[in-house]
Amino acid sequence: MEDFLEIAGEKLSNRLFIGTGKFSSYPIMKQALEEAKAQVATVALRRVDESSKTENIMDYIPQKCKVMINTSGARDAQEALRIGRLAKAAGAGNWIKIEVIRDNKYLLPDSIETFKAVEVLAKEGFVVFPYMSPDLSIGRRMVDAGASAIMPLGSPIGSNRGVKTRELIEIMVNEIKLPIIVDAGLGKPSEACECMELGCAAVLVNTAIAVSEDPVKMAKAFSQAVYAGRLAYLSGIPAMGKTARASSPLTGFLREDKPQGDGLASDSQSHNKPQ
Amino acid sequence: MSFYGVYSQNKDLDLKKAFSFISPASIQESLEKNNLDTKQFLGLLSPQAENNLESMAQKAQAITRNYFGNTIQLYAPMYLSNYCDNSCLYCGFNLNNDIQRRQLTLEEVEKEAQFISSSGLKHILILTGESRLKSPVSYIQDCVNVLKKYFTSISIEVYPLAENEYARLVVGGVDGLTIYQEVYDEQLYAKIHICGPKKDYKFRLDAPERGAKARMRSVSIGALLGLGNWRREAFFLGLHAKYLLDKFPDVEIGISVPRIRPQNHQPQVGDFKPICQVSDRNVIQIILAFRIFLPRLGIAISTRENPEFRENLLSLGITRMSAGSATNVGGHTLYKEEKEQSSQFEIQDQRTVGQIKAVLEGKGYQPVFKDWLYL
Ligand code: SF4
Repeated sequence: MEDFLEIAGEKLSNRLFIGTGKFSSYPIMKQALEEAKAQVATVALRRVDESSKTENIMDYIPQKCKVMINTSGARDAQEALRIGRLAKAAGAGNWIKIEVIRDNKYLLPDSIETFKAVEVLAKEGFVVFPYMSPDLSIGRRMVDAGASAIMPLGSPIGSNRGVKTRELIEIMVNEIKLPIIVDAGLGKPSEACECMELGCAAVLVNTAIAVSEDPVKMAKAFSQAVYAGRLAYLSGIPAMGKTARASSPLTGFLREDKPQGDGLASDSQSHNKPQ
Repeated sequence: MSFYGVYSQNKDLDLKKAFSFISPASIQESLEKNNLDTKQFLGLLSPQAENNLESMAQKAQAITRNYFGNTIQLYAPMYLSNYCDNSCLYCGFNLNNDIQRRQLTLEEVEKEAQFISSSGLKHILILTGESRLKSPVSYIQDCVNVLKKYFTSISIEVYPLAENEYARLVVGGVDGLTIYQEVYDEQLYAKIHICGPKKDYKFRLDAPERGAKARMRSVSIGALLGLGNWRREAFFLGLHAKYLLDKFPDVEIGISVPRIRPQNHQPQVGDFKPICQVSDRNVIQIILAFRIFLPRLGIAISTRENPEFRENLLSLGITRMSAGSATNVGGHTLYKEEKEQSSQFEIQDQRTVGQIKAVLEGKGYQPVFKDWLYL
């Protein structure tokens, strides 16, 4: 059976979303998107210049790739709303990543302002992807407000520190019924793979691809890592135990001594079940 | 407490003594950390750290790549007026200088705007001499109304305003403020700024804060190198940038360290010899120290520097640069021939936007022509 991530009626087979902000040129960005066979690319509206005949970033997004406008640069909900509406009016579609940052020191998102923008834009018919700190309560509120997926950060934007928020992301994966897409901080393909193994629905990567020495090759590496992680997740990764567990129990012969109804988890239950 | 309080607390800093505590090990330690305190920043500005320039450069480059990617934001300056009520010894617009004084009419503003925007640039920085009388806030606003048709981001570099005046311009379409203290050393400041409203050190010092309070999206500050002791000046500029970042985390704070060039050029009106020599190496050390101390700080490089030096600095921490610059009023289209006699300072990098774009692309950078939109 084919494995799709379905969002707002779109079926995505590639779970690597790519950010377009930091590439050395549009042609290289385009090649990277193509090499990774990306189906979703985020584009900051502040960088879109429709009046420019040669430099418009939109011309370099491959046909098959869906554009998710992002509100980067917005400092509050009002600015995010204005950016969303401008994007829609400009024909950039209705998929929107809400990024509201009021902290230029660490570039951490303001989840409350983000939430306010999600509430309004979802009502206006946008397909909304809030970028936020991995906070379960606020994530649940985002769901109620009409988000289509939740994008928690792995670590601060551009930090390449990997999945520092792993524990919290795991909780979100377990508790929130929407797709969880890890955005920001992933520095290596193995970290993207790790997110997918955790059960995240997708990851979004920009810096690690764009500033690598060979962005095109790195895009491919990420794409394959994401696929590998997804496959591993679907295959059911055995839970990690503190002590080693032999593949067939060493004390299996003691069947008669096993107490009845002990409530011990069977092997299959301790697997990380695919959604 | 405004930044003047921070300045006052630190103004008696004994640099010699402070630097005597800096050891190779302490610099190494700073280079291994992610969050530096102000003492460590001072360490990176020390003579001792000159031995570590290469490792500072490596670190600064990695930080810049991660946070800003392979992109450089471009903007163009546009001089609206050169009337000035002040007498700053280092400036061509000094009221005692005999230059052709002009102020652009709105039609002329439009002509310059058309020319600059035809290069594709969407960010403009408008400048005036500091004459509240000749170029009042209402005039600046009128110009902004014209410029809004052509640019998506408009910054101002004018005399310091009151908070409500900044707020009025923000509502009117201005999103960025640039204001340089020029020199942080208060006593030296008094000596160099001979007369006029600019003598008010404190009013200028707190202008960036007023702009931030008025909801400017970006605020850039700077020190003019060549006036006071550069290590001290850079340190206070760093304290100022940190103060603003801490107090206004949602404002993009940027710095610039323009340098009065040594006398290897054609003499200009009001030619001024630097009081303190600042070498290329020194400028590099300053930029590296800033990048490591405040990783997400915007850093602009001035057209006072020559093309080669500007290019070499690119990979070390620079995030924006001007292109196709002219520092005289109407210098882009109307009074090009007057560049020599009536500029505010001499430009070393005369290249057009197209040329700078080509150079950036050749060096593996994406020149960003538009990085904000008018909301
Ligand atoms: S630096 Fe500014 S205030 Fe001073 S003379 Fe020049 S234009 Fe006037």
